[in-house]
This record gives sequence, C-alpha cells and structure tokens, in this order.
Amino acid sequence: MGHRTPLFDTHVSAGARMVDFGGFDMPVNYGSQIEEHHAVRRDAGMFDVSHMCIIDLRGPRTREFLRYLLANDVVKLVVKGKALYSCMLNERGGVIDDLIVYFQRDDWFRAVVNAGTQEKDIAWIKQHAAAFAVEINVRKDLAMVAVQGPAARNKAAPLLNELVNGLGTAALQLKPFFSVGDDKYFVAWTGYTGEDGLEIMLPATEVASLWKKLLAAGVAQCGLGARDTLRLEAGMNLYGNDMDENLSPLESGLTWTVALEPKDRNFIGRAALEQQMKAGVPRKLVGLLLEDRGVLRGHQKVVTPAGDGEVTSGTFSPTLERSIAFARVPAATGDKVQVDIRGKLLPARVVQYPFVRNGKAKIQT
Amino acid sequence: MSSTPANLKYVKTHEWLRVDSDGTVTIGITDHAQHALGDVVFVDPPEVGRICNAGEACAVVESVKAASDIYAPIGGTVIASNGELSGAPELLNQSPYEGGWIFKLKPSNPAELNSLLDAKAYEEVLKSEA
Repeated sequence: MGHRTPLFDTHVSAGARMVDFGGFDMPVNYGSQIEEHHAVRRDAGMFDVSHMCIIDLRGPRTREFLRYLLANDVVKLVVKGKALYSCMLNERGGVIDDLIVYFQRDDWFRAVVNAGTQEKDIAWIKQHAAAFAVEINVRKDLAMVAVQGPAARNKAAPLLNELVNGLGTAALQLKPFFSVGDDKYFVAWTGYTGEDGLEIMLPATEVASLWKKLLAAGVAQCGLGARDTLRLEAGMNLYGNDMDENLSPLESGLTWTVALEPKDRNFIGRAALEQQMKAGVPRKLVGLLLEDRGVLRGHQKVVTPAGDGEVTSGTFSPTLERSIAFARVPAATGDKVQVDIRGKLLPARVVQYPFVRNGKAKIQT
Repeated sequence: MSSTPANLKYVKTHEWLRVDSDGTVTIGITDHAQHALGDVVFVDPPEVGRICNAGEACAVVESVKAASDIYAPIGGTVIASNGELSGAPELLNQSPYEGGWIFKLKPSNPAELNSLLDAKAYEEVLKSEA
C-alpha cells in the first residue's frame, strides 16, 4: 500500500480508479479520462495534488541560498507573491528535480517539489541549507488542490472567500505566476495544464470539505491521466520521463529556465552546464506530431538521419485528436523523423511546443 | 459492474466471440477489458484475408493509457473488420458487445469453439483476477 493523501477516501468513494504514482495511491480517472481532459480545457476541473511536497524555507539568507541552490535565479522575484519555475541540479548538471518557488518575504520562500523525489530533495536542500542557516519546514500539515480551466477561478473564488474573507477576491485579481495568502491558506495562479487556474494550499483537515464544495460548484474531478495529457499538450516536462539526474536541462528543453546571467552567480551545476555548452549539447528535446494514426508512447525509438533518439513522453492528444510526444533526439535533427511503433516506422513531424494553450491548438495539424 | 452476455463465448485474455448464423464468428473485447483500458482512441484491426491462429495477436487497441494486443480466440481467416472504429474508436467503450466489434473470422477448425469459456466460466476468471 502506498502513501495516501487526505483525499484518498473521497477518491475511492467517488469510484476513482487508483494507481501508484510516486509512492502514493492516486486517482488516475473517475470514469472517462478524455471527458476530464475536456472539462479542464473548456470549463473547470480539479486535481488532488496533495502528494506533491510543500517546503517552506525561512531565514534572512534564504534568497542568497536559493540563488546557489537553483539553476534559475530568484533575483527575478522582486514583487511579493511572484513564482518562479526552476530546476535543482546536481554538481554534474543533472536535474535532481524541477520545482516552483514562491516569494513570500525576504525571509520566507515556499517551494513545491514532486512527490516521487521529495525525500532526496529534502535531504539535498537540508544538506546545502545549513551553511546559509536556512530553516527547512516540510508542510505535511497542508494539502493542495489544483483547480484549472477557463471557469476555474470564478467557480473557486466564492468558496475561497468562505475559507478566508477576501481570499477569493484576491485570487480573482491574481496575475499569472503570482500567489497570495499566508502560512495556512495560500493560493497561486500556477498549474500544469496550460489553462488559467489556481493551486490552493490549505490545512489537510479542511481539504475534503473544499473538494466537496468545488464539486457542487460544477468543478469536475480529474485524475492523473487527464493531468498527463493536459501537461503534455501544454508542453510541460514531467520529471522522470523527460528529464532526470543524468540529463542536463540543456538536453531537456529547459534551457529557458537556466539563468547564466549574471555570470558571477555561482549555482550548483553551473560549471557542468558551461562545460557542456562549450563541448556542444549533444541532444535536444523536441515536440513530435505523429502524421499517421497511432499513439506515440514513452521509450519508442525515434529514427532520424542524424542518429536515433527516444520518445520521453507520448500520448493521444484529446484536443488535437492526434498523437503528440516529447522526444530526445540528436541536436542536428531536422523537422522530420520516424518513430518505431510496434515494429513499424511511422513518420512524425518536429513541432514547436506548446501544442495547446488556453483551449486552442498552437500547432498546425 | 461489468456485464457478461450469456450468448457469447469468452477467452481468458478478455476477448468475446459470437457464432453467427452463417458459421462465421465476430470478435471483440469484453466490458471488463474496455473498463481496464480506459478511453480507446485508436484501433488497428487485421486486414481482410489474413489468416490468424488461435491465440495469435492480430489487432491492436490503443487507449489513452496503453496499447493492447487483441488475440484471436480461435484460428481462421479474417473476412471483415469494423470500419466504424476508425472514425469512432470510442464505440469499444460505449458498446463493447455490439457496435464495438472488431473483426470477423471464418473458422479454420470449428472444433476450437469447444475450448472457449461460457459467460459463467469467464466471470469466474474475472473473480480470480480481482
């Protein structure tokens, strides 16, 4: 039996099909994964993301510490509440995890890391935090729900106002990648779907009640299956599939998240990244659109004139009604490849992702 | 709950088979199988004229989750495949025993039909897997 989130019983009694994800028993769907996907693209859906790990970092030198710990630069976080996506690298430039860090105060930042990596993340962060006297607090007392879709904020706001007077109103005024709240109740305009929406952190004891109210307000319950097709359409990487400890962000489509300026900022993994850039990054992560019928899946072989590559995440896109994927291929790969699907080589086109944003196709099918 | 029509034959790999009045057979996947697969998004049926042996993988069903082989419950020659599925693969979820049939065979050895499970025996298989 895996770990359970505070919503485990809620999922089971709703008839969810439960699977293991990152050591947690999580709902993969509550019926039709495709309907859940469309609910988020067209209206509003919610996900239990309490398996993810909330870490508070406190102390006067927290910003200085995060500038050393993360490949992106928290110096970009000037306005209170602003969020930043970053990789946390090892000395070899490999990705230990990807995370979002929220700027609360100069002596308080909040990070959210992946479920399956949380133990090694916490150990790594603690190991390096000591030198900066940064206090690490893992918030097992909090749960997290992502409410996503064009109608998500409007449906959630009145319920957030019931939780904390004014919180829902503040959530409606949020700009993308900003957050508002306090130590207990915290709302951010972030997500993993390519739609507007909120991620809501609140005491674990109160999450089942909020979930029930959201459901009654017309927010569809959605499982990890839909979460995966939504994030892939949105062009967002999944840790463990699209990047890991042995691959640098430069080979994982995450160069945009690495802040090499200013040059004098020393961060863990910097030297290895600079070395890789000097030597030439051998591979790149690309988006693929399958030209034929069929479904791209992780680990399928990608054949290109520049050499072989591999699909890292693949799925059927419910929005495009075509199969899409991320693949890691030789850096010299052009715009046409073939993918080995069950022994047949099928043509696929290399495309710029995101595939879908705000309910609309961003690529030509 | 999965349903298991009494007029069909079954195999442990979750295909059903119906013997039609002309002696040919129609094959699909069970309600249990479509539940387990989740939303079906693509079906690759065998070509007409292909000869399949009993137990041979001869079609592929792709769901949002995974690709699954579909096995011929008995041997025979493929005489038809369900063209509706190319435009509406969700028929496998919505109507696994009717609109979601996958292909038809002319049996090469009708005696093989005797080795198939009836509805009751298939339900026992489901219970043992649960």
